[in-house]
Order: sequence, then structure tokens, then C-alpha cells
Amino acid sequence: MSNSILLDKIAKAVINLNDEEVKEIVNKAIKDGMNPIEIIEKGLSKGLKEVGLLYEKGEYYIPHLMIAAEIFKENIEKLKPLLSTKETKSKILGKVLIGTVKGDLHDLGKNLVAIMLSINGFEVIDLGKDVPTELFIEKIKEHNPDVLGLSALMSTTMYEQKNVIKTLEDSGLRNKVKVIVGGAPVTKEWAEEIGADGYAENAIEAVKIVKNLLKKND
Amino acid sequence: MNKFDFSNIKSKLQLLTKEDIEKIHSSAIKILEKTGIMFDNKEALKIFNENGFEVNFEKKIVKINEEAIKEAIIKAPSKIIIYDRNGKECLFLEENNVYYNPGSAAINIFDIETNNIRKPTSKDLEKFSILVDSLSYIHAQSTALIVSDVPKIISDRYRLYIILKNAIKPIITGAFTIDGLHDMVKMLNVITDGKVHEKPIAIFDVCPSPPLMWSEITSQNLIDCAKYMVPAEIVPMPLSGATSPVTLTGTIVQHTVEALSGIVLSQIVNPKAPIIYGGSPAIFDMRYGTTPMGAIETIMIDCSYSLIGKYYGLPTHAYLGLSDSKIVDIQAGFESTIGIILGALTGINVISGPGMIDFESCQSMEKLVIDNEVCGMALRLIKGIKVIEDSLAIELIEKIGPGGQFLTSKHTLEWFKKELFIPSEIIDRLERKAWIEKNQKDCIQRAKEIVRKILEENKPKILEPEKEEELNRIIKNSIKRYEDK
Repeated sequence: MSNSILLDKIAKAVINLNDEEVKEIVNKAIKDGMNPIEIIEKGLSKGLKEVGLLYEKGEYYIPHLMIAAEIFKENIEKLKPLLSTKETKSKILGKVLIGTVKGDLHDLGKNLVAIMLSINGFEVIDLGKDVPTELFIEKIKEHNPDVLGLSALMSTTMYEQKNVIKTLEDSGLRNKVKVIVGGAPVTKEWAEEIGADGYAENAIEAVKIVKNLLKKND
Repeated sequence: MNKFDFSNIKSKLQLLTKEDIEKIHSSAIKILEKTGIMFDNKEALKIFNENGFEVNFEKKIVKINEEAIKEAIIKAPSKIIIYDRNGKECLFLEENNVYYNPGSAAINIFDIETNNIRKPTSKDLEKFSILVDSLSYIHAQSTALIVSDVPKIISDRYRLYIILKNAIKPIITGAFTIDGLHDMVKMLNVITDGKVHEKPIAIFDVCPSPPLMWSEITSQNLIDCAKYMVPAEIVPMPLSGATSPVTLTGTIVQHTVEALSGIVLSQIVNPKAPIIYGGSPAIFDMRYGTTPMGAIETIMIDCSYSLIGKYYGLPTHAYLGLSDSKIVDIQAGFESTIGIILGALTGINVISGPGMIDFESCQSMEKLVIDNEVCGMALRLIKGIKVIEDSLAIELIEKIGPGGQFLTSKHTLEWFKKELFIPSEIIDRLERKAWIEKNQKDCIQRAKEIVRKILEENKPKILEPEKEEELNRIIKNSIKRYEDK
């Protein structure tokens, strides 16, 4: 099978949400010694982008997006060790560290934002939910992300976003990372009040905000 | 009401059969026994552990067996009376009694003058509470707005403070913090002369986090409510297809699991602690990722889990009468109406939601007065049709005979106010000519005028000065506590 046929097959299998088939062909491609960057760009990413388009057209729904993103992520993990650091760096738009703040066990919205960011070419490090402030700080030091995303669904936990930002200031990290906040009770005013750099109403908005923030950064 | 008794269910609308309820109940028990539920709260885990439950402290998971569930349901009171600020019995939460109150904790208010949303202030909540006090079919206050002009950390108790200072109807509320609940109970004790455990004037919402979790704050709020013996309303909020199975049945099973786990904790902390079987579930919109409160399936889930609450012999609650529309329009009208009517037919005791648009995020005073009218109609509907000798009116029909009229008969005068729901000007029943002469106003314009009129004519119901001073002191102390930090 020629490379381009194989890559097309990967893209198609991603579009069809056929996780078994994607895994099988990607494994074969790796075994054949195909360039991992090609597998990602012309196979997995191409398929994922098409899924995004189908969503925008109204043919696909959120479950399609989420499942496609999972398939994508799973296979990227497998390919990552095969990439050189330089290659990885040149291909990603930016690095986003994301998590739901302490005391909050909701992660649906946060997961959607993480997926939309990955689809759009960002490297996303997801710390999950109920993330203590110290862990955010520790991981910022470890990964040096461009953007930190803080999610809170409840009016009881949104104060934690303020706490994290304050701790960033206290530990001298605030200037090293842009902070975006989101979640049902979170508003633009709240974002301004607590000194965040951005706020988005939904996952699609979040991508725009992150892109804008990083533009200004350059 | 008896516990575990299908004869409790006398609802006019029954979306589940006896067999359905049995299946859902036993499925919920299976899940609680095998998988268990997570309490992200050390005290909760300790309480379960000390009472002989299987607790995995590392994973924070508690397994709850059928016996414990039965015991808790049997202990929990099947009737709760909620009083008003003056100590008068107001809400009798049992059987198929239906009471409405506004949807709570809106982060926005729909400005009546500009038709735009904005952040609510303390003044807005004061006005809102005066409006609620004057509406006939809105039976309770709710801490409806999250006010933006006080520090967020004390906004839970500040909302209650405003309501207590200005209005007398019973209150549905909730705390955002662990501290908040203690302060709020203190405030309620000021009003009830230290008798909040005997004569509750407020209900506290406590919400598990789906799927199958209780956060640190809400676990603590639930424990503390039980300790204080103040009514706690357990409000599971599964989202079909997102944080619970996409099937309505699966969502109801998960709702049952989350509700039961809360009831068990509350009854171990304090047997007979008042608990209301509530909820705020929704479906998940697969296109936009939103949580429609006006969706027919959302309303179906509410009406179904309420039957399970009735089977358990507990007072029930649901979030109905809300709309996903961004403005007060026809969508806001019909979505809210469906919920208000179906909730009444199900006989849900506490129905929270009127006034709310934009999912659960925006309160509108003009919508509240429109919803009030629908609530009035719903209450008329469930009063039903009385077939007794006097209402059959055989003699009267015979007396008046062919070609006569009934307007001047005493029977009409005696009965019409009992039989007919007399609408306010929200509902237009004018002849077209008269309607044109009255400037051809639509329902929303009329609602705005009514809101303005009520707010002009009604003043806050001032609290006794000593009590107000006490409340002021509690608020000042809580502000000081956070400033010190």
C-alpha cells in the first residue's frame, strides 16, 4: 500500500470514528517506518479537522467531536516518543495547561475546551478536576506553558480562580503565563476583577481567545 | 405518607409505572452497593466509616447497602412545614401540595428598562423580593440573584440578609461556602428567636456533582444542615448524555443513586433531619453543548424522579418553569408553561424556576409576573373538577329552563370565584376595540407595567430594629473575618 493511500485511510477511519481501524493502520505505518509527522499531519490531523468541519455543518454532534478527539489523542501519545523535540516544537501553536480548580468536580466544559484546543493545533496538558493551586504552580514550573486555563462550574468554587492567580503573582510566575478563565458562573467582569487575561463563553470562543493572546505575545 | 408505598403516588400525571419505579429503585441500590459514591469530604467519610459502612479513604468512595438506604428513608420525615418570617405556617410539603418559587442564584438580571442583561445589585434583589412577596401564586422567596456589589465570598449570606430584611415569605436558598451556611443559620435563628430547628423558614439546596460525587463544600453543607435540623433539598443535576447516561431512564437511575446517598448521610448525622427529594437535571444539547432547562425531556426527567421521591414517602422538589430563551418572548412563555403545568400535575411540592431565562442564569421580573399567572392557572388545573350535588346544578338548570340565563342566579354569584381563575391584566381578554383603545399592548408590555406598579405601591416589609441590628452584626463579622484573612 502506498503511503498516501495509507494516510487517507487513517484520516477516513478518524472521520468514521473507527478507533480499532485507526490504531491498526497507525501501527502498520509505524512499522513501515513512515515519518511520524506525516502520520499526524496527513492522517490523524486531517481526519480530525474534517470531523470539526462536519460538526460546523451540523452533520456531526458533540459526541462525534469528543470521540474523534480521543482517538486522535490516543494515537498521538503513541507517536510522540518517535518525534524529536525540535519537530514537536515547530508543529505546535502553543502549550496550554488546563484544569478545573480545587473543590470543583466538574470537568465537562474544561474537556471540551481542551479538545477544541487540540483540534486547533495546541498542545494541551490537562490536569483534570479538583486541582489544588500548588499543583497548578508545580506544573507551570515543569511545563512552562504559554497559557493557563482555569475552569469552575460552581459559584462556590469560582473564588479559587482568584486564588490561583494571586498565588501566581506571589510566586513571581504571573508574567510568564497568560491566564484564561471559564465556567458557567464566570463572566467577563469576574475575569477582569480577578486579573485574568481572557474569558470565553464556550469552547470555540476559547480557541479564538487563546490564539489572540498568543499573537500579542509574539 | 408511608415509606416505600406506591399508594403515595396519586399524581394526575404518572410517567412511570409501579414496575418502572421498582426497576429504577433496585438498579440504584445495585450501583450504591457495588460501585458506591464519592464524598470529597473527610468528615463525611469518617461518619460513614464510624457507622460501619465500607469506605475507601484513598478513593473517597463509600459503598451503601440496601439496609442502610431503607433505614434512612424510614427515618426521614415525610412531611415538612416551612414557616414565614412572622412564624406563620406556610408551606405544607407533603402529598400533592404544589408551591412555586423563583429560580435561584441567577448571575444576570434582565433589565426591565433596557431589555439587556446586566449584573444584579443588592437593590435589584430587594426589589425582586418585594415583587415576590406581592405575587399570589409564587409562594416562597428564593435567593434569586447573585448580587454583584458585595464581595463574592460573602454573597451567599448577603443574599439571604437582603431577603430577610425586606420580605416575609419562606425562602429557598443555599450556601456557596462552608462558613456561609453557619452564618446563614445564625441569621435564621435571629428571625426565629433561636427556633430554626423547630420552625424552619428556609430550605437549603445541596447539590451533588454528577456523576456519583459530592464535593467538599456540598457534603459539608449537607452534614451541617442535618446537625442544625434545617431542611436540606438534595438537588442532583445529571446531564443526560454528558454526565449521566443519554437515556432518560439511565439518568433517573443515576439521579436516584445521588439522591439516596445524600439522604443516607443526612440521616446518619441526625435521624429525622428534614430532607427534600429534589433535583435540577437536564438533557445535554448535542449540538451546542448547552443544558436546556426548557427541553421536554428535561421536564420528563423531573416529573419521573419526583414519582420515585413520592414512592419513598418524601417531600419533592424540581426545577421547572424555566426557559432557555435569551429574552422574554414566546419561547420563554411556552417552555416555562409546560414545566409549570406538568410539575403541578405530578404534584411536586416545591417547584423552583419561575422568572428564569437563559438556562439557569438570568432572572426577569416581567417574566416572573407572567409565570405567576401560569402558576395560578396550574393550581386551578390541579384543583380539578368538583362533582357534587350543588355543582351538578340539576335544580338550577331545571328552574332556569330553555332559553333562560344564569348570570343573575345566586348560584352563579356563590360559585364563580371558586370555579373560575380570575386572571390579572397579564392575560388579555378584552374585545378588540377595547384592546385598541388601551394602546394595543402585548403581554410583555403589560407585565412590565405591572412590575412597575407593584414596586411603586409596595414597600419593603421592615424587620424589627433589634433583629435587623443582629443581622447587621452577623454580616459585619463575616466581612471582617475575610478581611482578616
